Amino acid sequence: MSFINYSSREINCKLVYYGPGLCGKTTNLQYIYNKTRPEAKGKMISLATETERTLFFDFLPLSLGEIRGFKTRFHLYTVPGQVFYDASRKLILKGVDGVCFVADSQEERFDANIESLENLRLNLNEQGYDLDKLPYVIQYNKRDLPNAMSSAELARTLNTTQVPEFDGVATTGIGVFDTLKMLAKLVLAELRKGT
Amino acid sequence: MNPQLVMFEEELKQIQKIVDRLLQDSRSRTILLIDKNGSLVAASGSASELDTTSLSSLVAGNVAATGGIAKLLQEDEFTGQFHEGKGMSINLSLVGRRIILVVLFDKNTTPGLVRLRVKRAQDELVPIFEALAIKSSQPGSSALPEITDQDIDDLFND
Repeated sequence: MSFINYSSREINCKLVYYGPGLCGKTTNLQYIYNKTRPEAKGKMISLATETERTLFFDFLPLSLGEIRGFKTRFHLYTVPGQVFYDASRKLILKGVDGVCFVADSQEERFDANIESLENLRLNLNEQGYDLDKLPYVIQYNKRDLPNAMSSAELARTLNTTQVPEFDGVATTGIGVFDTLKMLAKLVLAELRKGT
Repeated sequence: MNPQLVMFEEELKQIQKIVDRLLQDSRSRTILLIDKNGSLVAASGSASELDTTSLSSLVAGNVAATGGIAKLLQEDEFTGQFHEGKGMSINLSLVGRRIILVVLFDKNTTPGLVRLRVKRAQDELVPIFEALAIKSSQPGSSALPEITDQDIDDLFND
């Protein structure tokens, strides 16, 4: 959960990018890192294998500016997408304030999306969270690939609760900031509700 | 699920006093107090020379992973960790269930002395964080200003 420091007038929130292996979670963070001005970002950390697959998490701290005199800091995390890293994924979800599910639009990854989304719900439940009550957005990534399913088709199965959804091409940045902004907005709105 | 962590001026002063004393008593280089979610709560010593944001996130990840191992071994929690380096070593210990006390030290002290002093600081810090949790859960304790939709939009208008 968020950390509000009245002494230093800071709001810290944790956003987690979730999704199947190779769907583009790390690419989302890399794009955000590359396009953010230096004073607004910290170092991006990737705990990855030798083949650059996420082993534990990627981490990117962002400062978005001030709201009513409070500095807003967002800590962006990705989880490892590969199925067998489930124990690590659970750990990253601890203390989450908002979730972005990055779906892989390719037809052959459709089942992997469903499996990962079910895994997200299950792992959140284990931590005492309910995905339907959390700030939550979906990004359909890899829209540029020829084997991409239509967004509407993907939404029918992956977005049954009709949360904000975005088309994305994370490699070129399409939809990346729209997704982040919406998630950050939902988290701040939730924070406002809770105080 | 942990409730939201809130820090107030008054409690931070008490906490700062304890970590400043721990820094001196243990003859260590830097002390960090980190929320288990990876946010820095307080620091003492040469913290300004370090990338405390990255450190906080990695320490929290490390403690979370160790907690995961403990769970698999049906152990409630490993309350302490020690990483020994050639120049710098790190002692990690839990304060209650929510906070991680990180002590970075060099050859100027010993792991034994650090552990001894950490124990005392832990005993003093636990009741402060417990009181803080109660205080922040009381209705009306929050002094966060009213955030409007416009405020949130303005954040993204650059």
